[in-house]
Amino acid sequence: MNKAGERLYNGLIKENPTFVLTLGMCPTLAVTTSAMNGLGMGLTTAAVLACSNLIISLLRRVIPDRVRIPAFIVIIASFVTMMQLLLEAYIPSLNKALGVYIPLIVVNCIILGRAESYAYSNPPIPSLFDGLGMGLGFTFALTCIGAVRELLGTGAVFGTAILPDSFTPIGIFVLAPGAFFVLAALTAIQNAIKIRGRKKGKEYKKLQSGCSEDCMNCSDSGCSRRFYGTEAKDTGVEVTDLEKEG
Amino acid sequence: MENVRDMLILLVSASLVSNVVLSQFLGLCPFLGVSKKIKTAAGMGTAVIFVITLASAVAGLIYRFVLKPLDIEYLQTIVFILVIAALVQFVEMFLRKAMPSLYEALGVYLPLITTNCAVLGVAITNVQKEYGILTGIVNGFATALGFTIAIVILAGIREKIEYNDIPESFKGMPTVLLTAGLMAIAFCGFSGLL
Repeated sequence: MNKAGERLYNGLIKENPTFVLTLGMCPTLAVTTSAMNGLGMGLTTAAVLACSNLIISLLRRVIPDRVRIPAFIVIIASFVTMMQLLLEAYIPSLNKALGVYIPLIVVNCIILGRAESYAYSNPPIPSLFDGLGMGLGFTFALTCIGAVRELLGTGAVFGTAILPDSFTPIGIFVLAPGAFFVLAALTAIQNAIKIRGRKKGKEYKKLQSGCSEDCMNCSDSGCSRRFYGTEAKDTGVEVTDLEKEG
Repeated sequence: MENVRDMLILLVSASLVSNVVLSQFLGLCPFLGVSKKIKTAAGMGTAVIFVITLASAVAGLIYRFVLKPLDIEYLQTIVFILVIAALVQFVEMFLRKAMPSLYEALGVYLPLITTNCAVLGVAITNVQKEYGILTGIVNGFATALGFTIAIVILAGIREKIEYNDIPESFKGMPTVLLTAGLMAIAFCGFSGLL
């Protein structure tokens, strides 16, 4: 059971998908208008991630290597559909608030990334806990970002007023631009920590995120390319060449 | 929703008012990743227009003539993502054989678009808003146009600020995100348009 605990810690803190790996940025920005929405989205993603990791790990000897990405996508999409139907039936208000972002969990690169880099090459129980850890790490990050935006934008967290009435809410933080500003501050803090670490002589080796380095640089080497399996490396070179030319 | 006036309103609202990246946060990865140069940004934008328009047409047809008659609408997410992935690969093969010049221009961007959430997002929005097939195609085209406008503007700004003196921890992504945030504020102004 030690392995399970290690996986949970890894996902929650050490390789937190949002704060450390910067994966799955679209939902991170889109649904964090309030702490509640962030929590709901995070838990939905965590459930999908844990289930898909478990099933992919169980099927890892059955799925042929060449068609593994389409196979992963079908498994993930099935769980997303199940979650969507469950939410529609039992928590319709959350389903309405998250709208199109629920079906879009399918293309969240955290899920495909974990399938590819962990579940496909590890036994079921650690994979399940890896999914849980990553999912909870994502939930934690989304709830924090949601809470900050809600606090600055409305003066409340989880709907209960926290700041005194004399505080004028900065409305822009619950609107679209606020999301970009919060994320900019977040990545700047991350950079500052890394710069300080480097001065002390710490080495930051590339973390294994499954697809590319992280979502910010995704389009340079691209998790999308994983669809093309073996060609991934060849096409990756083309893009860098092209960028040099242009 | 089938007359010209409504179509124009949809075109403006989907491309500017609720811009796909700046207000809906779909397709952020290419938006941040491929926006270093105007030339590549424009190429990416064109490829996105091409793929999203085509994908919303195909997804609309499949929904109307396959999923609906068979009563399996709940399979839409699975079907759409597979159809989009297959479509992109097919388009790539077709272009390589039939139109090499267009392939030269768009080829490298096509594989990047497969799991771009904007493509799936448009297909699902079309279904959720119960658009007809033609309206869906217009919505797809307008959304992609909005993406192109945003990414080209961002690339232009990034070219200008490339050599600016920026605090070290804000270099790279944080600056790009701040720029995108300021652009999003500007795009908020369009909401008074309709």
